[in-house]
Amino acid sequence: MTQWVDICSVDDLQPHAGVCALVADQRQVAVFYQPNKAAVYAVSNYDPIGRANVLSRGLIGDIKGQPMVASPLYKQHFNLETGVCLEDEKVGITVYGVRIEDGRVRIGLPAESDNEL
Amino acid sequence: MSMKQTLVVIGNGMVGQYFLSGLMNSPARELYDIVTFCEEPRPAYDRVHLSSFFSGKSAEDLALADRDFFDRNGISLHLNEKAVKIDRVNQTVTSAKGEIVSYDKLVLATGSYCFVPPILGNGRPQCLVYRTIDDLEAIAAAAENAKVGTVVGGGLLGLEAAKALKDLGLETHVIEFAPRLMAVQLDETGGALLKRKIEELGVIVHTATNTRMITEGERCVNKMSFADGGELETDIVLFSAGIRPRDEIARDCGLDVGVKGGIVINDQCRTSDESIYAIGECALWNDTIFGLVAPGYAMARTVIDDLAGEAAAFTGADMSTKLKLMGVDVGSIGDAHANTPGALVYSYQDGAREIYKRLVVSEDRKQLLGAVLVGDTSDYDTLLQYCLNGITLPENPDSLILSHDAAAPAALGPDLLPASAQICSCYNVSKEQICGAVQAGCTTVNQLKAETKAGTGCGGCGALLKSVVDSELTKLGFEVNNHLCEHFPYTRQDLYNQIMVKQIRTFAELLEQFGQGDGCDICKPAVGNILASYWNEYVLKQEHLGLQDTNDIFLANMQKDGTYSVVPRISGGEISPDMLIALGQVGKKYKLYTKITGGQRVDLLGARVDQLPAIWSELIAAGFESGHAYGKALRTVKSCVGSTWCRYGVGDSVGLAIELENRYKGLRSPHKIKFAVSGCTRECAEAQGKDVGVIATENGWNLYVCGNGGMKPRHADLFATNLDKETLIKYIDRFLIFYVRTADRLQRTSVWLENMEGGLDYLRSVIIDDRLGLGEDLEQQMRRVRETYQCEWKATLADEERLKRFRHFVNSDQADDNIVFVEERGQIRPADEQERKHFKLLEIA
Ligand code: SRM
Ligand SMILES: Cc1cc2nc3c(=O)[nH]c(=O)nc-3n(C[C@H](O)[C@H](O)[C@H](O)COP(=O)(O)OP(=O)(O)OC[C@H]3O[C@@H](n4cnc5c(N)ncnc54)[C@H](O)[C@@H]3O)c2cc1C
Ligand code: SF4
Ligand code: FES
Repeated sequence: MTQWVDICSVDDLQPHAGVCALVADQRQVAVFYQPNKAAVYAVSNYDPIGRANVLSRGLIGDIKGQPMVASPLYKQHFNLETGVCLEDEKVGITVYGVRIEDGRVRIGLPAESDNEL
Repeated sequence: MSMKQTLVVIGNGMVGQYFLSGLMNSPARELYDIVTFCEEPRPAYDRVHLSSFFSGKSAEDLALADRDFFDRNGISLHLNEKAVKIDRVNQTVTSAKGEIVSYDKLVLATGSYCFVPPILGNGRPQCLVYRTIDDLEAIAAAAENAKVGTVVGGGLLGLEAAKALKDLGLETHVIEFAPRLMAVQLDETGGALLKRKIEELGVIVHTATNTRMITEGERCVNKMSFADGGELETDIVLFSAGIRPRDEIARDCGLDVGVKGGIVINDQCRTSDESIYAIGECALWNDTIFGLVAPGYAMARTVIDDLAGEAAAFTGADMSTKLKLMGVDVGSIGDAHANTPGALVYSYQDGAREIYKRLVVSEDRKQLLGAVLVGDTSDYDTLLQYCLNGITLPENPDSLILSHDAAAPAALGPDLLPASAQICSCYNVSKEQICGAVQAGCTTVNQLKAETKAGTGCGGCGALLKSVVDSELTKLGFEVNNHLCEHFPYTRQDLYNQIMVKQIRTFAELLEQFGQGDGCDICKPAVGNILASYWNEYVLKQEHLGLQDTNDIFLANMQKDGTYSVVPRISGGEISPDMLIALGQVGKKYKLYTKITGGQRVDLLGARVDQLPAIWSELIAAGFESGHAYGKALRTVKSCVGSTWCRYGVGDSVGLAIELENRYKGLRSPHKIKFAVSGCTRECAEAQGKDVGVIATENGWNLYVCGNGGMKPRHADLFATNLDKETLIKYIDRFLIFYVRTADRLQRTSVWLENMEGGLDYLRSVIIDDRLGLGEDLEQQMRRVRETYQCEWKATLADEERLKRFRHFVNSDQADDNIVFVEERGQIRPADEQERKHFKLLEIA
């Protein structure tokens, strides 16, 4: 069961860039917004390679058709849909569900049971 | 016991090693067990680039073979072991350590030694030579306590040695017996021009000077006395008076040697003993010793073919040379002295630009026999190809050397060269071979280098190599790919022009017209940067925000733990006590780590993203502004204290540095730009290591450009001398905008210049002579940038909306709990993994 948490209004998002939201258990989620495509992505804010909470401050775009965020620390790219690191498939970040409804942004948290992180 | 015969190679220098590696690729390798004696304590290294040892290359960097070359190929290497005797009757070689090895075939590759003239006192302390890594180590050690160094010999190697002494910081002299420098390669006028240019660089040249003896000095270690009665006190004496073949071991066993030395060889490189070959600088062919690597390599190839039973002959070699001596371009081709009967001479001299060119052509004016170039060698490749391939000269041969601005350039395109034309003489690679490699899939110069070795020797063929590769690629229908990234099939320069011509103001517009996809972390910052240098709009404007790189987007530099550093501008490094106190107070209040940077300012580190606005508003209130430490922009203009205080200063370096820093602050550029201004030639501001360096003289300012510290240091080039301030600023304006318009992304000025066709002379012609007619336009653009300057931090603080971004969380005022500091030497620093775990435990407990 996914639990949807309201984090902010669409106006709080940064077009073509990211913001970071705090959700349950001090978890940090990076949320990216591409208004021209009506696309919004949510992934963990923690960069497992740079070991710091910085991904929301990375540049976004696409590489070979995959939407990605580039870590601001050491520039590895993470696929925004799968969380897989393009430079090293063994490394990945958690991907969250995200919805925009009535001008509000909601993040889907997996229920306790399937929370592996 | 092996059924193979034994091949012994004496000498593991450049040619000996080339022979061994070549042999490994030849069928002949199966026939022999191989043993080699190497007198030096290390296997072969790149002697041609020996001087780079002084600019930081290690012995290891210079090594010619990888570590396990000998093991892998089963070659028995006797390191640090000199061969001392050859017994031709029993066919054995004896080493200094007493080892005796039998041979079936023997190759002598013993090279040469530096000739030390028989001057009284030539064995005194700190009388040295310049040939091996050991020699260089000895020179470096001697230089530590030395002030003056003198090179005896003004030939090619002597001048290279002089440069090394100069770079070691010594007052440097060159003593030449002949009436001119580089007597072998240059004629009188060329030699005189070279002398003038080298003296401008601060080396003192004494031509037609004959050293009589060396005795103990009074102020220096040594004193040299000359035939004309003159004297010179010097600490180091470096002999570079020519080379002599090392033929002693051959002489002792009765092989034929020349009257002036050298082991006599025939066209197969065999000595007077059928089983013994000699190659490289120890060999005498047709009464000639070749003091360059390329002919030695050709000899080595001949022996390899001969051993494999293939017909081969060494037929002499071209001794043309092109090089940069202390920044002065010099080239000499073929019969430079017009010794061929009936030869005609054309010469061209440009006094203002200090260029001299001379052509030697055949009586019928159809063939080029030789050439001398000083100050500008851009025609070298073309002339060499005319000469080597016997290409018929144009009707007016002088059109080849006349200033190119006027008529159409006479360059000989790669298409006009015959297939057999030798492009790289070091590795004997022809145009045909290069085209073959390109057809087989080498699409870049680097791949081609790996595949054919072309261009990896002296490097002199680089430009020609690239033009052959590019022309072949174009013929094959390839686009030479220098696209910015997968989103833009253009170079940075193309995009710059499109933005300029179409007056494009946003990334989205550019992407729509010229690109595809969404963009990435390569093209977004690059385009953001171009837009910023051209339009100079506020970089955090909504349309540009998503383009900014990590640091620009928060106007601060991200550190390893996700915190930021704050570096306010301190123009010229000048700061009042009050401003220092203000910095200290901010540092103290926000508990920041403070440090003096390498750029004469103060860095405050450890600020959380949510603290940045508060910190900056205090700094701005105290009178500071953004230092652009985060941007690809002007960083600092370093200064020394200058004439205001310093007893040697001849110019107000602090004043000028502040003026320049304020003039160019905020200018976005392909990479960061650094300046420095020194008040006199003692150069305490290290201006010659900067993108733009200015040094005060008695008569104005000397301008240096394209220096670099960092990963690959580059000494800046002297661009113009004794300028008044107005001209100086005009040149810098033009220089910077020209760089902004034409460089690649993340290309410092140093690399930009290195890659510029025509090099420094071209750059001068654009900036000083306004050859492209761009001068006014470039200045105009700089004016616009200056007029639209704003402190980005001030603009940000004034905008509520923008400030919202400086929260760690969009939905909470908490701070990032992953940022943990510990104390060290009384200040904070990021906790390491271990400390962080410990801290977390404490928190929970
Ligand atoms: C703070 C400082 C070190 C210090 O504590 O002294 C520093 C710090 C950094 N330098 Fe530097 N450099 C600093 C002076 C220098 C100097 C010395 C100078 O400017 O006189 C050099 C050599 C001179 C030169 O650039 O030619 C220097 C050559 C580099 C390079 C290599 C550039 C090159 O062309 O090879 C890099 C890497 C790059 O830019 O790609 C670099 C990159 C960096 C980065 C940006 C690395 C990074 O991405 O984190 C560091 C971030 C600084 C920060 O967070 O504030 N830094 N760096 C110095 C800031 C000076 C200032 O006041 O702005
Ligand atoms: C500073 C400098 C710059 C140069 N620049 C250029 C340039 O730009 N272009 C160019 O073409 N050339 C240049 N040269 C010349 C080039 O280095 C030589 O032509 C080349 O090294 C000759 O190779 P070689 O193998 O014949 O001799 P070397 O490289 O001198 O090798 C001979 C080796 O044999 C060893 N040896 C001698 N006798 C014995 C023995 N009895 N037993 C065991 N070992 C022995 C020696 O110790 C030495 O290691 C330069 C030379 C110097 C010093
Ligand atoms: S030298 Fe390296 S570690 Fe030191 S400041 Fe520069 S980039 Fe950072
Ligand atoms: S000519 Fe020396 S590397 Fe090609």
